[in-house]
Amino acid sequence: MHVIPLSAFDLGLAAFLVLLLAALSIPMRLALSKTLLIAASRAIVQLLLLGLVLKTVFILNDPVWIALIALVMLSVAGYEVMARQQRKFLGLWAYGIGTSAMFVSAFSVTLLALTVIINIEPWYAPRYLIPLLGMLLGNTMNGISLTLDRLTEDAYRQRDSIEARLMLGHTSGQAIEHIRRNALRAGLMPLINAMATAGIVSLPGMMTGQLLGGSPPLEAAKYQILIFLLIAAGSGFGAMGAVWLAEKRLFDERERLRLDRLRTP
Amino acid sequence: MQGLLIETVRCANIGPINLTIEPEQCIGLSGDSGSGKTRLLRTIADLDPHEGLISVNNTEQSAIPGSQWRTWVGLLSSEIAWWYESVGMHFMRWPAELIESVGFSQSIKDQEVARLSSGEKQRLGFARLLALQPTVLLLDEPTANLDRQNRARIESIVHEYQLLGASVLWVSHDPNQIRRVCSKHVRLNQGQLEVIDTVPARSD
Repeated sequence: MHVIPLSAFDLGLAAFLVLLLAALSIPMRLALSKTLLIAASRAIVQLLLLGLVLKTVFILNDPVWIALIALVMLSVAGYEVMARQQRKFLGLWAYGIGTSAMFVSAFSVTLLALTVIINIEPWYAPRYLIPLLGMLLGNTMNGISLTLDRLTEDAYRQRDSIEARLMLGHTSGQAIEHIRRNALRAGLMPLINAMATAGIVSLPGMMTGQLLGGSPPLEAAKYQILIFLLIAAGSGFGAMGAVWLAEKRLFDERERLRLDRLRTP
Repeated sequence: MQGLLIETVRCANIGPINLTIEPEQCIGLSGDSGSGKTRLLRTIADLDPHEGLISVNNTEQSAIPGSQWRTWVGLLSSEIAWWYESVGMHFMRWPAELIESVGFSQSIKDQEVARLSSGEKQRLGFARLLALQPTVLLLDEPTANLDRQNRARIESIVHEYQLLGASVLWVSHDPNQIRRVCSKHVRLNQGQLEVIDTVPARSD
């Protein structure tokens, strides 16, 4: 089993397709070509750099470097969650809520997978830790940012119904229950859909990679199942944690709705 | 001190406010729009941050959780919000008798909220609040969307409820209504409460 190496020409050919798409979008006035090209260039540069960094880290196998990379991944994901919020919390909460929820869920699930499920020695072996953490952080990030965005937006738009429930003596948790339910649904629905159609409509990215890399199909499928289940648990717990923290901030100690703690977009 | 006691309460540009509403007493509150009547009611229900002391039957607001306070101090806002599909889902326990006395048949329970008129929403919202039997009732123009007959219904239900020992603060723009239902009339003007008149309790 070995991977057929890709040459610069191979990648250039693929890049040409994107250039073509960008060129086509100019006469169609889609106002897309610039963002498309920037995003594509970012992906190319970031992934090449990641490849180089990982190459070094895999050779060094040093926990300090691995921890550093994990930290960078977490802080970028935390920033991304914050950037996707229309109504951010004021102050450090905007960054803190998403990042801490993501930290707790993604890191503990990854740890569990490495030590108990895959059970490799040492548990921090970067060839396993970094891709696993990346998958978990990336998906948890999506789940949390969708959930939080929906929660704060709906809390703002439906403040009357939340306060009407408070006026009837509901606790803050009861008063926001109908909004929390929709927010969690919105946050986890993409993942639920992806799992439901996995293998029939779409071939998941990771499994595709493993197949191209020459892994036996059944092994690739088993890894993909593991990843899906871990992602589901990680995003679910992450989104719940984020909602829990956000609710603590949306209400004060007197269980008043405090929308003044949100920034207007 | 029984009833509702408000001492040197300040909130935004309102205050200091001092007001006592005894059990079985209904006080009418008026004031220009924008004078802060709604804000004052929200403050008493502890929905907005504020300074000062508020207590009900000797229990101070800060001594109990906000949600528990609001089961004692019931606020009926002028715009009544609904969050589920049907009317009945908004009630913990369906108050069959009360629903009839605000002028509905029991079939209203399964009605879609979206198909209610503003007056129907107001009467049902009133029943929803009163069913929880709060010690203090804060009513923000509770009859604004109602015809004469339904207005009379609400007024008489509040009066009966008040005689069971409740303290009522009734916001109204109609001086005649205040004269009908309240034993005292205060006006919120530039953040201060001024007593307009004290009418003898009605004799019925």
